[in-house]
Amino acid sequence: MGDIGARNHVVVSGRTDGPTVMLAHGFGCDQNLWRLVAPELARDFRVVLFDHVGAGRSDLSAWRPERYATLDDYAEDILRICRELDLSDVVFVGHSVSAMMGVLAAIQEPQRFAKLVLLVPSPCYIDDEGYRGGFSRADIDELLESLDSNYLGWSAAMAPVIMGNPDRPELGEELTNSFCRTDPLIARSFARVTFLSDHRAELAKVSVPTLVVECVEDVIAPREVGAFVHAQIEGSRLVTLPATGHCPQLSAPEVTIEAIASFAAR
Amino acid sequence: MNAPGHGGRREVVVFSSLLEDSAEDLYENAPCGYLSTLLDGQIAKVNATLLGWLGYTREELVGRRAFSDLLTVGGRLYHETHFAPLLRLQGEVGGVALELRTADGSRLPVLVTSKVKSGADGRPQLIRTTIFDASDRRAYERELLRARQEAELDRERLQRLVRTLQHSLLPSSLPQVPGLRAAAHYHIASRDEVGGDFYDLFPLTSARWGFFLGDVCGKGAGAATVTSLIRYTLRAAAVYDSDPVTVLDTLNAALHQEYHGDDPRYCTAIFGILAPDGDGFSITLASGGHPPCLLLRADGTADYQPTPNGLLIGILPSATFTSRAIHLGPGDTLLLYTDGLTEARTGATGTPDGRFGDEALHAFATRLAPTTASAAVAALAGLLEGFGTGLDDDTAILALSVPSPGE
Repeated sequence: MGDIGARNHVVVSGRTDGPTVMLAHGFGCDQNLWRLVAPELARDFRVVLFDHVGAGRSDLSAWRPERYATLDDYAEDILRICRELDLSDVVFVGHSVSAMMGVLAAIQEPQRFAKLVLLVPSPCYIDDEGYRGGFSRADIDELLESLDSNYLGWSAAMAPVIMGNPDRPELGEELTNSFCRTDPLIARSFARVTFLSDHRAELAKVSVPTLVVECVEDVIAPREVGAFVHAQIEGSRLVTLPATGHCPQLSAPEVTIEAIASFAAR
Repeated sequence: MNAPGHGGRREVVVFSSLLEDSAEDLYENAPCGYLSTLLDGQIAKVNATLLGWLGYTREELVGRRAFSDLLTVGGRLYHETHFAPLLRLQGEVGGVALELRTADGSRLPVLVTSKVKSGADGRPQLIRTTIFDASDRRAYERELLRARQEAELDRERLQRLVRTLQHSLLPSSLPQVPGLRAAAHYHIASRDEVGGDFYDLFPLTSARWGFFLGDVCGKGAGAATVTSLIRYTLRAAAVYDSDPVTVLDTLNAALHQEYHGDDPRYCTAIFGILAPDGDGFSITLASGGHPPCLLLRADGTADYQPTPNGLLIGILPSATFTSRAIHLGPGDTLLLYTDGLTEARTGATGTPDGRFGDEALHAFATRLAPTTASAAVAALAGLLEGFGTGLDDDTAILALSVPSPGE
């Protein structure tokens, strides 16, 4: 595995002769988010998991606020992973904000991607004239405050324990709330990049077959946003999962796997 | 109860447990909020304490609202992106700071701990949550957070000030001297303190230039004011009488006059004059307590150029300095440096205390020779960088060279 592989903690599993499914985690966690889904998909597909730089076991030293200032910067990493692993015909599954990263990557290099699965996507979280994203600017500031108050006890000394011992994961797991731990500075920056992004205009440029997956109830990506994304991407399909919350891959893994697998295999 | 003795202890135990006789009452009126929700977040059970805090009736919440409905919007975002996934992944989440919205719209800062309850078949059934009022604690934490943010701002301001001050004490660029190449490097050990090293190269007449390099004792604001005094004294003294020994005498007198008694300030320095001479430059220099400069010759040799008897400058009312004349011919490079370079802790085996040392520097210079001012400075800057954390002091480097024919 080369530089990018280590930088993004890329993990490849599953059938080497199967189609490639790349699973991208969103804001708030890391590739652990796919732990109920990835093993099932690995039976029929080659599964590529990774952590965005700044999350999980990625190389934290590679993170710079100016280097990861937009979703395009994250999309570039996705393309680099594809290039490094020489992937083509990728079925890209992006959860939450990563759905939009997938959109940006697929516009830039459509030939890399066979299909896009946008899992609870939102192209713009903040309300605008004639558009309801669900949040106001003040709400986002409130989230940043929540992040600050919950990371008060976060210690930079934790990072090496969790990130630096990939061969001894039990070291990290002894900690309370050990999953999805993020350096507060990085979390804050990623939250800004995520929730202040607006890529509504890019949706119409998607030329890859796309599946939009939403949940019946999701405060972060409400159904009208799902409908908006579906309407903007020509020829896209929309599936509504009987699940609540923003992480159906954890709360309703079976239906999530079914939605991804049936679309990916078509 | 009052009478100590036989059987008393037993009675106390029985009496106490009688007071706390109802698990139901303990649940309802516990000093914390209790909440049980279904896996999709719907509220299934809630205790009286929490209802009291929120100002809702049981009927308004049970079966009608989800836990995340009770949160502020920012808190809901946090809940969806962090809390809920974490709870699914590890079965419990502890001590998360959130804010609840009460019925009258006010906010209640709380600390939330949740645990998934599984049935006999091991499948998750519901989520139990305890909620503690954290108003006071949150106010305190906000103060801490604000103090930290202010401290970070102050540090940024300080570092900006230090950078500006540092730049004001060093030449922004070295002047062009016809027939001579000059290069310099400055390594600042700390971003929070002004370094005590200094150097300069400046014209005296159309055919004479002065240069100096030195090291003030200490660092920080105090050292910066001394550095400023030294710089201007050296420049002014050289205009008046450019003999290096006289210039250092003047500096010695100025420093000793300004700083004596309980706040002595002193420095080490090399001061030199250069003038065109044949195919190169003649250099006269004097040193006060400073490590000798190195001459890297065109023939590939390198040697220290000591100036004996040079005392620390500013420590005694009068000091004796001696001068030395050097001819800098084509292909020769004169290298001045401060002791941050030789005293860097490199773990070297050649020196008793593991510092880089004079011998290693001599060997390094010999390998470089013949060289040019810019190549020598680049090589030394690379060497310094390689020292990593072993380089704990400021380091200044100034190199002067005469180009070889055809260069």
